[in-house]
Amino acid sequence: MLRAADVTFGYGDRIVLHDVSVDVPAGGFIGIIGPNGSGKTTLLRLLAGTRRPQRGSVVLDGIPLAAMPRAEIARRMAVVPQETHLAFDYTVLEVVLMGRYPHLGAFAIEGPRDIELAREALTSTGTLSLQDRMFNTLSGGEKQRVVIAAALAQLAPSVSSVSSASSAPSASSAPSALLLDEPTAALDLKYQLETAALVRDLHARHGLTVVMSTHDLNLAASLCNALVLLKNGRVVQRGPVDDVLTPDSVRELYEVDAEVMRHPATGRLTVTPLGRAGGHG
Amino acid sequence: MDRTGARVRQRLALTMLVFGGVAVAAVVLGPLVGSTRISLARVFDRSIPFAENTDAQIFFVARLPRTLAGALVGSMLATAGVVFQGLLRNPLATPFTLGVSAGAALGAMLAITFGWSLSWLGVPAAPLASFAGSLMAVAIVYFLATARHRGLSTNVLLLAGVTMNAFFSALILFVQYFADFSETFRILRWLMGDLDISSYQPLVTALPLVIVSFAVFAWLTRPLNLLNLGEDAAETRGLDVLRAQRAAFVSASLATGAAVSVGGPVGFVGIIVPHLVRLLVGADHRIVLPASAFFGAAFLIACDALARTIMSPLELPVGVITALIGGPFFLWLLVRRT
Repeated sequence: MLRAADVTFGYGDRIVLHDVSVDVPAGGFIGIIGPNGSGKTTLLRLLAGTRRPQRGSVVLDGIPLAAMPRAEIARRMAVVPQETHLAFDYTVLEVVLMGRYPHLGAFAIEGPRDIELAREALTSTGTLSLQDRMFNTLSGGEKQRVVIAAALAQLAPSVSSVSSASSAPSASSAPSALLLDEPTAALDLKYQLETAALVRDLHARHGLTVVMSTHDLNLAASLCNALVLLKNGRVVQRGPVDDVLTPDSVRELYEVDAEVMRHPATGRLTVTPLGRAGGHG
Repeated sequence: MDRTGARVRQRLALTMLVFGGVAVAAVVLGPLVGSTRISLARVFDRSIPFAENTDAQIFFVARLPRTLAGALVGSMLATAGVVFQGLLRNPLATPFTLGVSAGAALGAMLAITFGWSLSWLGVPAAPLASFAGSLMAVAIVYFLATARHRGLSTNVLLLAGVTMNAFFSALILFVQYFADFSETFRILRWLMGDLDISSYQPLVTALPLVIVSFAVFAWLTRPLNLLNLGEDAAETRGLDVLRAQRAAFVSASLATGAAVSVGGPVGFVGIIVPHLVRLLVGADHRIVLPASAFFGAAFLIACDALARTIMSPLELPVGVITALIGGPFFLWLLVRRT
């Protein structure tokens, strides 16, 4: 449903992505993994449409992003950034209601249906009790769950009962996509696990298509069903987790010797770093 | 418990009612305050001819235009402050502290001193030049803001503002050398921020700018909420970020230009009013913007009433009062933030 075809992108003279292709099937859970500076975040921005590739194209549901209005993209695809800071004191419910933006006309005000959808989204992420709190007073993990709730409210069907000038019956028929940029990087262990569990649950229950960038191999192994391995802006390998997550690929990506085992309790692959490649560690 | 339903709509209606009421009360009471006592009954007494009715003359010729100027200038500066703050994601951004008011003042001074007589779409030279000046200052701020992707840091913002104010003040002093000596005193008062316009003409000429900027502000309320999330996040919510930013910069410049062409660079209204309004109604720009428009009007009328009476029969420029209140307020905000 979401596909990047031979995209090249750079900031100024510095090319960050070289002819990268990614194919995300509907309902899939794709991890984009690689070391810092490998181009993960940039690739996610291209997939989200907030940056335009200098060569190649990104296609969502068969339509190039460049030819799709911003609001139309937003009804089909939501993005959760690594961190969210607000300059002013908005309540949690107000932040989640901002997700309804692409469903409303220029001067429309959220109706009861929008508030209902926002509440449902808060319930799905276990944050309904925070709805009247100030967003800026929440912990990092709570903030991340609220931002995910805003993404869910954004992807909820656009059948607002009140004066919604929505022109798209699309969101209800086509499956929606959720893009996560290192969703746990700024969190401590407890919130990392909590957020990971939430994302897994949403993928399973809502049938969302998920793309997640991360440098955390174990997080990727525990959530994704396919991986794209990125290094220096090029795809090194891609495929199902079990095929591509090997000691060889870990060495190639991170220059680290590692053991990759199937964890007896979870049945998922786990990566244990042993030391720097070349026997120095 | 039930705060659902048309929550925003109810709050908006309540805000309009309360803040609108305060603004109307200020406009009605404003002209009654002053060094000479006047009676409302005599002002509207049709049996006395206007030429002999000094109460009516004071009311309609001296005080009402001044009060309306206070309403217009206060309202424009307060809302321009809200828009700059939302746009730059920094509660310390205002037309005055960014140097935008000074740019507008320079434009207006050039037009007045050299007697420019061009006009465009019925808007005469002074407001036009004032708008051009604020737009130029805003272009510099915009350049600084976009050169750093994470919005404008408080440090850069304050330093840029100080620099721009010093720069434009120097140019204003330079232009003043070309002004008629007898004009100097009037110009000086105007540069401190003065609402003593003694005619309805400046209000009428600024009106088109006011209407256009308010129309754009109305469209901007939800985009400003989204911009709070950051540019990328706002865009993934479906906002055309570039268009919203440009609309915000131009409309806030228009508002500042209109305000300065009428009352000079009155300081600190754009920070005091939005801050108090946010404390009362929260951060949602759909509520904050209209509330600030009304409260800004009432606030400046009240400051002007103070300016007219505190040293009666002398009348101070209103900018002296707003600076005396706003300076310490700004410092308090700055200290509290760090």
